[in-house]
Amino acid sequence: MRLIKALSAVAALAFLAACSSEQQAAATSGTSTTVAPGSVADFTQNVGDRVYFDTDMSSIRADGRQTLDRQAEWLKKYTNYPVTVAGHCDERGTREYNLALGERRANAARQYLIAQGIPASRIKTTSYGKENPDPPGSDEQAWALNRRAVTELQ
Amino acid sequence: MMLPRRSTLLGGVTLAAIGATIGVTPPARAQLTIDMTRPSFEPVPIAIVDFAGDRVGADIANVVRNDLQGSGLFRSISPGSFIQRDVDANAPPRFQDWRSIGAAGLVVGSVQQVGGNIKVDFRLWDVVVGQQATGLSFTSQPANWRRLAHIIADAIYKRVTGEDGYFDTRVAYVSETGSRSSRVKRIAIMDQDGANNRYITDGRTLALTPRFSPTLQEIVYMAYGEDRGPPRVYLQNVDSARRELLGNFPGMSFAPRFSPDGTKVVMSISADGATNIYEMDIRGRGTRRLTSSPAIDTSPCFSPDGTQIVFNSDRGGAQQLYVMGAGGGGERRISFGDGRYATPVWSPRGDFIAFTKISGSTFGIGVMRPDGGGERMLTSGFLVEGPTWAPNGRVLMFFTQGRGGPVGLQQVDITGRFQRSVPTPTEASDPAWSPLIPQ
Repeated sequence: MRLIKALSAVAALAFLAACSSEQQAAATSGTSTTVAPGSVADFTQNVGDRVYFDTDMSSIRADGRQTLDRQAEWLKKYTNYPVTVAGHCDERGTREYNLALGERRANAARQYLIAQGIPASRIKTTSYGKENPDPPGSDEQAWALNRRAVTELQ
Repeated sequence: MMLPRRSTLLGGVTLAAIGATIGVTPPARAQLTIDMTRPSFEPVPIAIVDFAGDRVGADIANVVRNDLQGSGLFRSISPGSFIQRDVDANAPPRFQDWRSIGAAGLVVGSVQQVGGNIKVDFRLWDVVVGQQATGLSFTSQPANWRRLAHIIADAIYKRVTGEDGYFDTRVAYVSETGSRSSRVKRIAIMDQDGANNRYITDGRTLALTPRFSPTLQEIVYMAYGEDRGPPRVYLQNVDSARRELLGNFPGMSFAPRFSPDGTKVVMSISADGATNIYEMDIRGRGTRRLTSSPAIDTSPCFSPDGTQIVFNSDRGGAQQLYVMGAGGGGERRISFGDGRYATPVWSPRGDFIAFTKISGSTFGIGVMRPDGGGERMLTSGFLVEGPTWAPNGRVLMFFTQGRGGPVGLQQVDITGRFQRSVPTPTEASDPAWSPLIPQ
């Protein structure tokens, strides 16, 4: 999974380097055709499977709303996937509290998707607290990417 | 090694006092005592001779030296500097030989094979006053020699400090292996000094936050299932490895801890973004909700008399510590300093609550009285988290990690004067110190 993501990122970079700015905009907004529409890869690469949070917060940011809007649209089109939203935190909190904070973040993303018309019964939540950093790292940049809720297709 | 069952130990360890062999009582001020509550003191210099009579005698002496030295209250004098080499385990030593190397205490002992068991005798001599301070005899199965050594170290600690020891104890913790992005986290149990390590979970899914029952026969912990569903709380028998789910709740359940009488487990359960504290009766499995807030209430811990529960909550904004009645209700905030407070644990003595405090970019371990007064920080760092009390309420173990570095266990005494790392076979986090092992 991680390898596939890395390879497609390299491919996207090569593609961007050779294209005009209009085509770049198209690529980043999700019309790349290198993966099958409706596949898990389509969702993670072209829709975006994760939204990010500010420190110790669980409110959905403006950039997160755009991602979740795209997710809701996609999930309405491809109704065969039940989803689990997994909440995560950076390492700058305690283990048990971060488990709860991750759940709160997952729940915030879930509620947003429900408000966009995805049936509540289709979305479960879980939390990994600070246990699964992605990327691993101990700086502000890594922590900002670790404060996330990831929509996983089952 | 399987943990010996309580009944085996009861049958296997016998204990007897050894009478003093001489009655010389000079009126000198005893220096083989230490008052831990004084603002400063020097570690007690103590000489521990290899126990005579059996090869395991040297190993026993090493464990005793390591325990006492590791407490920060004793300085173990190097055996290479001993003058009297022919000290008899059953006769008074040449006190002048021990005074001249600066010893305040001298430990001598012997090991005998007795019908398939070992009989271990030891005496603690007060070198300063020239008389026996304590003497005990134990009989047990040979495989229990490390436990006998810890029990001897506890007896010496108690005679010198007036406080119960904590060396005959175990530590449950989370063993961490693998890279940061695909970490394997397993529950492990080891002796307090790092010996006899063994794994309680298989590592196929993440398992976290182990906590001992009062008898050490069971642990509770949180683990993920194989289905990517939310984590849940499990109760596991330490010897049989039989485990059972504690409640099948729709949301995640975590942060379990036993009540002091072992009949209940308190834990957090999350639903719709709120996390509240519940208690479950272990036999009947009845569940009762103890808090009702839209916030995060977690890390509950009983007072040692079982009448109150301390927990942390962000109901007022940042995480703070609160105390409530054991059945819920009467919640009051006790922490008021700058920063976020987490992981409160009530001392087995009842006098302090230890916690993790996050101030800006620094984590610290501190203690405060149960009424919130007398806050005192003991240590700090990039990450220090999750204190757990030694059963005598004088020492805390916790976990620590430098920026991007390995995670490991450390211990610190409640004065903050003496801190050291605790050896573990792998990287380690989230220690839980057991009560004294039942004898």
